[in-house]
Amino acid sequence: MSIENQLETRIPRWKNMLGSARPFIALALLLIVCMVSNENFRSAQNLLNITRQVACTGIAALGMTLVIIAGGIDLSVGSLLALSGVSAVMVMGRISDPAAAVVAAMLVSLGVGTLGGLLNGLIVTAGKVPPFIATLGTLSIFRSLALYMADAGTISSSNDYFRAAGSSAPLGIPLATLCFLALAAVFAVMLNQTAFGRHVCAVGSNPRAARYAAIPVDRIRFGTYLLAGLAAGIAAFLFSSRLNSISSTDAGLSYELDAIAGAIIGGTAMSGGKGSIAGTVAGVFILGIISNALDMWGAPVNLQGLVKGLIIIVAVLIQRQNND
Amino acid sequence: MKIRFISLSALCCAALVLLSGCGKKDDGKIRIGVSIPSADHGWTGGVVYWAEQTKKDLERKDPKLEIILSTARDSSEQVNKIENLMVQGIRALVVLPQEPAPLTGVCSQVKDRGIYLVVVDRGLEKNIQDLTVAGDNSEFGRRCAEEMAGRLKGKGNILIMEGVPCEVNTLRVNAFKNVMKKYPDIRILESQTSNWSQEKGLKLMENFLQKYKQIDAVWAGDDDVLIGALKAYAESKRKDVKFFIGGGGAKAIVKRVLDKDPLVPVNVTYPPRMIAYGIEFAVAAAKGKPTAKSRREVIPAEVITPANAKYFYQPNSPY
Repeated sequence: MSIENQLETRIPRWKNMLGSARPFIALALLLIVCMVSNENFRSAQNLLNITRQVACTGIAALGMTLVIIAGGIDLSVGSLLALSGVSAVMVMGRISDPAAAVVAAMLVSLGVGTLGGLLNGLIVTAGKVPPFIATLGTLSIFRSLALYMADAGTISSSNDYFRAAGSSAPLGIPLATLCFLALAAVFAVMLNQTAFGRHVCAVGSNPRAARYAAIPVDRIRFGTYLLAGLAAGIAAFLFSSRLNSISSTDAGLSYELDAIAGAIIGGTAMSGGKGSIAGTVAGVFILGIISNALDMWGAPVNLQGLVKGLIIIVAVLIQRQNND
Repeated sequence: MKIRFISLSALCCAALVLLSGCGKKDDGKIRIGVSIPSADHGWTGGVVYWAEQTKKDLERKDPKLEIILSTARDSSEQVNKIENLMVQGIRALVVLPQEPAPLTGVCSQVKDRGIYLVVVDRGLEKNIQDLTVAGDNSEFGRRCAEEMAGRLKGKGNILIMEGVPCEVNTLRVNAFKNVMKKYPDIRILESQTSNWSQEKGLKLMENFLQKYKQIDAVWAGDDDVLIGALKAYAESKRKDVKFFIGGGGAKAIVKRVLDKDPLVPVNVTYPPRMIAYGIEFAVAAAKGKPTAKSRREVIPAEVITPANAKYFYQPNSPY
């Protein structure tokens, strides 16, 4: 490209920054509109409720962001959440000491989640199966295992510490929200400040160049699936402690879609190589606020999916304009 | 980076400004929340229909009343919806829990806020509610059994289709089996769950027809399941089953009773209209004059025969 062409097509700097800040601007505008127009929406309790309601899908979205940036996809997050939750609650029921039982539940939940992520990672890297197919398969496998273990029913816990963990709110902020924000901070640092994070972006944006630069592409991809599985395990623990039970049929159903939507609205590109954790957090909150605001305005429940779908499409259209 | 920072701080400022200026307007409206499962099968469809009818009727009669109806696809969504209802300043809540365990936590919070709590049909894990409105599940099971035993004249091979494993199902099935114990010549060949689903009822009936070559009667337990079972039976072209009994009072089945269909001679009610009674009790309590006479209001199970079927036939209801 000649120098004249380069100068003509150069995107002004302010427009570039505006592009990456789009999800936050959208979030700010949305919040202002909702708060001004609906008095029920603006109560502090409602805002805290929203943060709690989005926490579990948010955590799944954090893992999903890493996977998508590295060029893959993980459709099994929801089913893995169900499997981890079912395993954790079942193990908890077998241990008599309540405090030890909760610790065991946490370890089992994280362990099963990580194992699931490990399986996904192996199938994609060692098996060289395309991520869409691989995680489509594990989606069914994990859900089926959860249904089998729980006999397609709901397992509830009688552990008081577990129930207290679910409804606890240190400093008035729900535990799930704190975990979500803490995990977001950890993942953000990992993505932006560590070599691993840089390699994730490199692998997603240009795998061949990354390989020539001696970046272990397979290992990086494996790592993202492992982290996504761990995130699912954390979300499973928080989800089941909030309800003090877990339904093997309903838990995590279509969580993967909400996680992908949150990541996309937050600016993560489906083709990989671009994305940010902060953007995903904004995207997840946007979805949660819309869902809550529609409820407060009395919109028909069945139409909320329509609004969600429209937002996803509009978000991608706006991103596309920015890129061009 | 700068823009991001600016927009985030604008967001925080806006939030603070608006939060400090807020405080709920007391517009004198009496708000009731109603949280029910979404219409995923016939019976819950009937519940949603009757809830909407009741809302229209009661709001028309009293303009100060506001009934907020919310449906949810699963338990965790229902918990979210109830949290949203609490924020809207309701004085009473009518809830039909999807499942007992996940809803118990949020309902305790509702009670802690001093909101009058009415639980309809399915219970919670702990009896914390002010009022339970339920059908009489034991009587339901008992009536179905008595009608079946009477029509079989005390002897025959029968099959039972159970529902989702929960207290409602246990009460019904135990009552049914207790009656059948009095008839030693009636053999229960098998009892399997159909999860109260039409589709599963069809598959289960197909399996039963394969396994057993001589069946005298089938208790489908629920009218949605019955519709599935009848379809399987029609497709199999078998002739041995004398009749089926369902339960609930779905209009398709009541019509067949009305038309004197030999396969469906009788039905027992379990009306989704019970949500309407729950809402009425909640409204009375919210106005400060509770009308419930005890903590448990039971809607009796009635037997529908061709003679009285026309009183139970509701063509406008989806159920």
